[in-house]
Amino acid sequence: MQTTKSVKPKAFIDGSRLITEACVLAGADVFVGYPITPANSLYLYATKRFPTMLAAPDEITTLQWMTGFATAGRVPVTATSFPGYALMVESINMAFMQELPMVIILVQRLGPATGTATCGAQGDLSVVNGTLSGGFTLPTFCISNLDDCWSLSAKAVETAVKLRTPVVLLTSKEMVMTLLSYDWSNLPEIKPTKMTEFKGEGQYFPYKAGDNLIPDFLPVTQTKHQVRVTASTHDTKGILQNVLPEAIENTKRLQKKQDKHLSEFTFFDLDEQAGAEALILSYDITAQAAREAAVKIRETGKKVSVLIAKTLLPIPMEYIEIANRYKRVVVAEENLTGQLRQMLFGVAGRKGVTGVNAIAKMISPNEIVEEVLRNEY
Amino acid sequence: MNIKPFLTEAELPFCKGCGHSSVAQNTEKALQKMNLDPLDVILVTDIGCHGIIDKNFLSHTVHGLHGRAVALAGGVAAGVNNSDKKIITFIGDGGATIGMQHLIGAAHMGFNITVVIHNNMLYGMTGGQPSEFTPCGFKTPTLPEGSAKAGYDICEIIASAGASYVQRVAGVGDYSDSLVNAFSAKGFSLVEVMEICPSYGVKSNPGMKLSKVIEDSGLAVKVFVDGRDKEYVTPIDSSPKSLISDKFNVDVKYSHNLSKPVSIMMSGSAGEGVQSAAEFLAKAAMTAGLHATKKGSYPVTVGVGFSASEVIISPEPILYTGSPVPDVLIITSVDGLNYAKAAAARMKGGLLLVDESLDVPQTGAKVVKFPFRERVGARNSAFYSIFWYLNNNNPFPIEALKDIFMNNKISEKVKIETMLQF
Repeated sequence: MQTTKSVKPKAFIDGSRLITEACVLAGADVFVGYPITPANSLYLYATKRFPTMLAAPDEITTLQWMTGFATAGRVPVTATSFPGYALMVESINMAFMQELPMVIILVQRLGPATGTATCGAQGDLSVVNGTLSGGFTLPTFCISNLDDCWSLSAKAVETAVKLRTPVVLLTSKEMVMTLLSYDWSNLPEIKPTKMTEFKGEGQYFPYKAGDNLIPDFLPVTQTKHQVRVTASTHDTKGILQNVLPEAIENTKRLQKKQDKHLSEFTFFDLDEQAGAEALILSYDITAQAAREAAVKIRETGKKVSVLIAKTLLPIPMEYIEIANRYKRVVVAEENLTGQLRQMLFGVAGRKGVTGVNAIAKMISPNEIVEEVLRNEY
Repeated sequence: MNIKPFLTEAELPFCKGCGHSSVAQNTEKALQKMNLDPLDVILVTDIGCHGIIDKNFLSHTVHGLHGRAVALAGGVAAGVNNSDKKIITFIGDGGATIGMQHLIGAAHMGFNITVVIHNNMLYGMTGGQPSEFTPCGFKTPTLPEGSAKAGYDICEIIASAGASYVQRVAGVGDYSDSLVNAFSAKGFSLVEVMEICPSYGVKSNPGMKLSKVIEDSGLAVKVFVDGRDKEYVTPIDSSPKSLISDKFNVDVKYSHNLSKPVSIMMSGSAGEGVQSAAEFLAKAAMTAGLHATKKGSYPVTVGVGFSASEVIISPEPILYTGSPVPDVLIITSVDGLNYAKAAAARMKGGLLLVDESLDVPQTGAKVVKFPFRERVGARNSAFYSIFWYLNNNNPFPIEALKDIFMNNKISEKVKIETMLQF
């Protein structure tokens, strides 16, 4: 009989539990939900954990209610899957223009359309990348394991609040629903983040930003300054304008503030092996298969590095820089055509870059190993 | 009384003769009659001519998307959660058309908002297309023959949805007292203001008076509901319990016999304990110091059809949680057999444990048949199968599973002895 290596007790939990707890500890205090498989475990935990939980009659209302809550200074979260996300898109644009914080947890499932609700997928990155009209990006994080369910969820809330923007937390069915043994005795501490409020005495300009490009916030509950919130093109006072230069500069600022702060919310795991000429690049549910593939390749004496992308949007340039160090790059993701691969390397691709893709099944470590070793390097 | 202005001194932004101007002026008058402070008022508007009024208001203003202002205002009201604040929502008949569900929903919830519908019976901002509020016979530039159907009676709809106060008024003259009544109501109130668009409605229906349109449409100008006072209060739990708790911890009490991971796929029918049995198996493995994962597969109708679960138990941490080719496949029903045939066919070795009542699928695994269903009944067959598996294969002591079973309420219904008859 083997002796057990560790007697430390572990919990048997799913990722949804960690995501929910982490969001609340990070300062989120309202969950608005509309049921959809496979995001329902998050909805269920939210009923137990969020100070306020509202059941909305549809996903458009969900986003509208969330935005309303945010005008009052609260920090809302929802969880959905592609069909619900599609309905939210215009309202996400609204909250983005209004600069109100919220987190949308997008639990991916097999599409297109209703597809198969109970089958996982990684098919929505392109949709998220195209959410905002006009070439703007929505800050998007992607969970790669249970540790991320904790830490990255907190970062999603923190980023939403600090940057005053909707943030997408991308995940998938197997990540939020699979039960795993997990040592949670040393979870990093999570502290709540609050929006910086305007403290000045003079007139309040709701969309006037300083060097950090993020305007100070005031809720619509306060009685000293007039607050204007708007989703149409507006000046720093929050008054609708056509295409006046001041208003267009304000709209451009929405992207600039992300770019300025991107380094503060760039998260990835890089496991580089000296002398390796191949890189496995992955994210979301396939990340664990990628990590395991690297173990298997190294067991054969061959060398390989692994990059797990956690900040997906805006795309950190580090990913390109890292990938350019390798002759061979294998991007593994559970969609048909390689969405991250095309975002990083274009439709034309790059010599030595190939993908491991699948739908309706998890990509296995062996498939990644085979692709990495397909052309000996 | 120190009456404060609610409108700036700037000219109102609407066409000459537009009823929207009258709504703005009556709103100011009503709020002044109530002696409110502008910063205790939140005006929520959306897209349509009416929505460009924001810049003239000295209250807080929130400007959203076409047809969604009522839902947005509902969120504002739930967030503010203070009935001393007046949350007023301006929408048009176009917005009310596309956002009908939001109107019904907000009235149903009893959100503390007043909706003022600027009903000029067409889409004025986009060229005069008909809305669902265009009355029968009313002409618009894109519908010169006149509407063939009646418009919505929104007041009847919203009254039946549960609003506290509902009134329709003709949008001429002083109707500020009606607005005072609506603003004073607790919960959801609505005032529909009937107008004719001077740019498109008047030109398409020359000589037609507003009073005549209202009369011909059969829409009553009256109070539909008053005094229902159903008010939504946002629930706030000030001390919700953490989801992190020691009660989810599994203490290690046993040792195991595994030197490499084993993946066990259980495939049976909904309602026959497959998911619970798989979870028991995984937790029992954890008490033996193993790492474990468990994921379920089932159709969206969780109460019928197949129910399958994949468990991995491993002496080393588990990264990839899939198991396309299981080491052990346990099939306990016809549904389970049909679902697991493909997995059975992929197996080049390992163990296929199948109920005696079932056909044996094509497989390269060692096949063992056993009468699980006959011995303990369909409902307990999945539990029984994992006891059988541990008893015969011993990846870790069967006592571990007994512990998990005895600590679960199922042991009150099912005697553990029945699970241990091999």
